[in-house]
Amino acid sequence: MNNFVNLWSYLSTTPLLWLTATIGAYLVAEKISERLRNPPWANPVLISVALLSPILIFTNTNYGTYFEGAQFIHFLLGPATVALALPLWDNRATIQKSVVPILCALVAGSAVAAGSAILLAQAFDLPMNVLLSLAPKSTTAPVALGISEAIGGIPTLTAVLVILTGIIGAIIVTPLMNILSITDWQARGFAAGVAAHGIGTARAFKVNPIAGAYAGIAMALNALLTSLIVPILLKWLT
Amino acid sequence: MLQTLGLLLGCQLAGEFIARGLGLPIPGPVLGLVILLAALTLLPNLSSSLRPTIRVILAHLSLMFVPAGVGVIWNLEVLSSDWVALLVILTLSTVLSMLVTVATFIAMKRLMVRWVK
Repeated sequence: MNNFVNLWSYLSTTPLLWLTATIGAYLVAEKISERLRNPPWANPVLISVALLSPILIFTNTNYGTYFEGAQFIHFLLGPATVALALPLWDNRATIQKSVVPILCALVAGSAVAAGSAILLAQAFDLPMNVLLSLAPKSTTAPVALGISEAIGGIPTLTAVLVILTGIIGAIIVTPLMNILSITDWQARGFAAGVAAHGIGTARAFKVNPIAGAYAGIAMALNALLTSLIVPILLKWLT
Repeated sequence: MLQTLGLLLGCQLAGEFIARGLGLPIPGPVLGLVILLAALTLLPNLSSSLRPTIRVILAHLSLMFVPAGVGVIWNLEVLSSDWVALLVILTLSTVLSMLVTVATFIAMKRLMVRWVK
């Protein structure tokens, strides 16, 4: 028993335990998602959080201790954002072909995604720090976290809102477009990428390859635009 | 792999330098993305050496959101008081954004076709 207590007091002070637990939970989550044939609601991030949370609560671990291990993974969000330049570069010919619809739809969709979130947050009388955490919700998580941090939001809340936005978008995009009988795969995919970032893009790839490519373009471009547009919209709307 | 990681970090560092140095509200990694895009335009051959590592990084993008996602259990008080409002806002805002995006895209595409004729 004494040995076990010693072991725990050792493990709980090194980054090793929670770093391993985070990667382990993610690997299990991916397997579960695959088993269920990747439905939009069985998102690997959501499952990982659901697996880790009870363990952290049960062991009475505080955020600082958990993050000491998890920070190594969290840190990779930065280089991963930079890496989005490559898919943009790979798709440059496609982008050039329909540059006008792409840029117009990007600006309109991105402004509505952030602007409507800000206005609705005011309508629901949400506190300012929640409003600020909500504003960048349609862009990919590493960028959204950076924006949230820069404008004074709560990055952890933003992370959850971004993931929820992605899941909501991935669930509604197909039925919504079918009801409106929109058959243009470029337009459908682009909308999924602008409104629901990476999770919407993953969904679009499952439905149609052209939709997937356009969703990827939309996600990468929106990562750039949201960080420019959110501070401007906040100045106008709040 | 190490070269690619070094280049990605270098771009991010340069981005942070510019963003913080000039007091821009843009996150450093986003400027890093622009810098890498510029580098690829100048040196197109770079893309093939970057591709294997970047493919691995982007394939596991979901993993990198887990630490921030787990952070919510220490922020439950924020979510618990407003979670209905937040879900309504997220759903409405996502639908609105999709409708505007798809409508603009199709309208501009038609306009361009007519314009070219």
